[in-house]
Amino acid sequence: MSTLAVHDHAVAHHDEAHEHHHKATFLNTYVFSQDHKMIAKQFLITGITMAFIGMALSLLFRIQLAYPDKAFPLLETLLGRFAPQGRISPDFYMSLVTIHGTIMVFFVLTAGLSGTFANLLIPLQIGARDMASPFVNMLSYWFFLTASVIMLSSFLVQKGPASGGWTIYPPLSALPKAMAGSGEGMTLWLISMVLFVASSLMGGINYISTVLNMRTKGMDLWKMPLTIWALFLTAILGVLAFPVLVAGVVLLIFDRSFGTSFYLSDIVLNGQVQPYEGGSPILFQHLFWFLGHPEVYIIIMPAMGISSEVLSVNSRKPIFGYHAMVYSLIGITVLSFIVWGHHMFVTGMNPFLGGVFMITTLIIAVPSAVKTFNWLATLWRGNIRFTPAMLFAIGMVSFFISGGLTGIFLGNAALDVNLHDTYFVVAHFHLVMGSAAIFGMLAGVYHWFPKMFRRMMDDKLGYLHFWLTFAGAYMVFFPMHFMGLDGVPRRYYAFTEFKGWEHWLTVNTFITWAAMLSGVAQLAFAYNFIHSIFWGKKAEQNPWNANTLEWTTPVEHLHGNWPGEIPTVYRWAYDYSKPGAEDDFIPQTVPFSQTMSSNLPHDFEDNPGGLEEYNKWTAAHKASEPVK
Amino acid sequence: MGFIKGLNLKKAITLFSMFILFGTNMLFAQGTDATPAKVDWLEVGYYVLMFIIACLGIAVIGKILKVYDLSLKMQGKKGIKWNNFMAFLCLIFLIVGLAAAYWSLTVQGSMTLPEAASKHGVDIDNMFLVTSLLTLTVFFITQILLFGFSFYYRKSEKRKAYYLPHNNTIEKVWTVIPAIVLTVLVVFGFFTWQEIENSTEVKGDLNVEITGHQFGWYLRYPGKDGKLGTVNYTLVNAQNSVGLDTKDPNSTDDLQADTLVFPVNKPVRLNIRAHDVIHSVYMPHFRLQQNAVPGLPTFFKFIPTITTAQMRVKTDNSKFEYLLYCNKICGGGHYNMQKVVRIVTEEEYLVWIAKQKPFLNIPAPAKPEVKAPEVKVAALNKDADKKVIANRLALNN
Repeated sequence: MSTLAVHDHAVAHHDEAHEHHHKATFLNTYVFSQDHKMIAKQFLITGITMAFIGMALSLLFRIQLAYPDKAFPLLETLLGRFAPQGRISPDFYMSLVTIHGTIMVFFVLTAGLSGTFANLLIPLQIGARDMASPFVNMLSYWFFLTASVIMLSSFLVQKGPASGGWTIYPPLSALPKAMAGSGEGMTLWLISMVLFVASSLMGGINYISTVLNMRTKGMDLWKMPLTIWALFLTAILGVLAFPVLVAGVVLLIFDRSFGTSFYLSDIVLNGQVQPYEGGSPILFQHLFWFLGHPEVYIIIMPAMGISSEVLSVNSRKPIFGYHAMVYSLIGITVLSFIVWGHHMFVTGMNPFLGGVFMITTLIIAVPSAVKTFNWLATLWRGNIRFTPAMLFAIGMVSFFISGGLTGIFLGNAALDVNLHDTYFVVAHFHLVMGSAAIFGMLAGVYHWFPKMFRRMMDDKLGYLHFWLTFAGAYMVFFPMHFMGLDGVPRRYYAFTEFKGWEHWLTVNTFITWAAMLSGVAQLAFAYNFIHSIFWGKKAEQNPWNANTLEWTTPVEHLHGNWPGEIPTVYRWAYDYSKPGAEDDFIPQTVPFSQTMSSNLPHDFEDNPGGLEEYNKWTAAHKASEPVK
Repeated sequence: MGFIKGLNLKKAITLFSMFILFGTNMLFAQGTDATPAKVDWLEVGYYVLMFIIACLGIAVIGKILKVYDLSLKMQGKKGIKWNNFMAFLCLIFLIVGLAAAYWSLTVQGSMTLPEAASKHGVDIDNMFLVTSLLTLTVFFITQILLFGFSFYYRKSEKRKAYYLPHNNTIEKVWTVIPAIVLTVLVVFGFFTWQEIENSTEVKGDLNVEITGHQFGWYLRYPGKDGKLGTVNYTLVNAQNSVGLDTKDPNSTDDLQADTLVFPVNKPVRLNIRAHDVIHSVYMPHFRLQQNAVPGLPTFFKFIPTITTAQMRVKTDNSKFEYLLYCNKICGGGHYNMQKVVRIVTEEEYLVWIAKQKPFLNIPAPAKPEVKAPEVKVAALNKDADKKVIANRLALNN
């Protein structure tokens, strides 16, 4: 029903066509590759590079926060006029937080996460030769790379990069004279973001059409692994939400460069009356958060999907409540479009609207709670194997709980009055979407590294990496809640110098050192990653004894993934430790006729013929069984 | 491929280091006039050395473990049980983590804001307390289960995992319970929110205007008539910082102030404006926050309940002051926009307000200085009129 005849057709031509037409050169294999596995690796490596840059930026502003009155001459050597006399300047501090946020949210956790795993896993796990449109897929990567380069190039302009916060609210971002970063830096930010959205859309359309049209024989929607469900719904979110950001950005470009007043009204800048009339800064916030809120689910849903898969494989247990997991993902997808106003409770939006958004926001906590409980139930009575991927998946669940619970505070408009834009918010989103998503991503990297690079990563370094990062992240973000509860606003350059907040200085120093520790731990990962690509232990075909289709492909990469025909799928992806089965896993490609001893009536819910066979077999089997 | 061959490792490293050394100087150091501070390279080298030693240490430990593992295997034993080790670390993390969370909640939790100093703030604090108790309970239970399960169900050859694909009853239970709890929170939150956000003006409210700009606040109190004069941003100039409309009779007695002083137990209605970019009026002690948006006047009405003097006793801090911060990123000086807020008794307030200076020296505004901007404004208005006419024409046609 859901398979396409096109496949077999393509297969017939595939092998010979491959031999004759494409000559594998360095350029078309590693650079302008249209193979989804190579594009996934390109996304991953670019994403990791951006993550390291984003992390370095955060360490720079952490130094400023911990030592607000100390000079570090080395910083001046490295950063020049951005850190005069060895102290980071207030303007550059703003640039740092802005670009850190932008890079992490968009370039690492959107493109780096979705881009990598959607490209790698969608064709491999649904049984397709490649993406629906490999060429568009390649373009998607190159737009992303261009966007990254432009974003980073803003460090080279005279006045520094954009500095109005990653949410770039106008009028601050619209008036080049309002702050240093609102000049050329902001222009580059906007150009970069338009390219980024183009990349994201090209990717998203590809992912959706591939999932809908190119599944192998037998792979109906309810047999897809949760990773695919998550990546598929993420792509839908992205395709529907990102264009709205472009609309917002384009209007902002008009306001900046062509004298329009979409977001501007009644402005007096430095005593000069400005000729803008009739616009509304709130309009931008609506447009921005209409993307911005789905965006946080674009970030977390792939991490949820990856963690579900990794938790199930390594607990040697089916994921608990597969249907509930899918429905909660769908619920989150739908609800995420109607909660954006909770970012705007105190911005001057009509208070009645605030009340409505509070209701929708707290509803979205229900599917999130269901997911958490289901993960816990998956671990219950499992037989847990602690691979580094498994540890990162457990860490993801832990962060998701810790950060998700504070969302109940912030989603409540009444409580948000005093918590809005404080460190409480910083702690909340760094745990629930920052740390949780990056842990999901790392779980994915450790888990599918053998599929990507045909070699294994070192477990012990993985363990070291996990524990340092996990403990470090909690030490960084947990105390921030209390700063927020003391009313410390975010994006403050030197708040510990003020009376009433000095008592946070020691905490700030502690957080900075914890951040350094987690930062250094990432070097263990970088070493492990690079070293294992070239010198890691050779991988087996199915190193984790997993059920999903990607482990049925040969270790050697083929253009087209499977030699010969694409395997047919007969069952769901989670038959782990099924009673009566020989092994503790039954790959999706094994038909029920080969596993008569482990079949359950439940397996034949939509299959009356199969059920009849099953009943016949059990009856016969019972008769022949010796009476005890 | 040719260029790849030509570029061997040594050359690449040399080029890269040249880029780092010279490139950064050239790219980043443009326009620095001040002589850069001297870098203590010895100290930098010290930290680099520390890092290298730490890496070496880890590598050595890794090798030792590997040798130990091999020797165990040679003796016919199983080698290091990494899986069990990780499970125990989960348990240790759980115990240490719970202790640390408890410590953080009690020690750092007590470093937070004192009790709410406004009427609605008490409601918010109650709401916060209820939400905290609920979420902390869930937090501790789920984290204990997560790491407890991880430890308890660690891999064992003797056991097989329990095949449990789903259980509709329990799934329904843990969908419905959070739904009920959240509904309760939503209902209470909704009503609290409605109450807080009700800023409609009632007779007897003290209307005070606060206008954000880069980087500070203009404060304006009404005069004897109790009414604030209207403002128009096009009238802003060096003398008239908020653009007070002198033609409005209510404007004449308006007062300017440097500190926000409010009488205790009287409703205060903040009229919040911004000139250039978005700012945010944030007074955490009163659980009060509202953005200041250019072109969109906003309001926040509250009743302060504790005077500064009383709060000094309560916090045991003789220098305690309520403060107002800017809480929306607004430029390089964002962090430095505090205003002192002082809550006083009615009598003290009357004494204080009597000392405040008028906002403008009406009826004799410094004419020549005002005139120039006024011309500009007139020109602007003319333009606007023209625009309107043009639009009408367009509509009629």
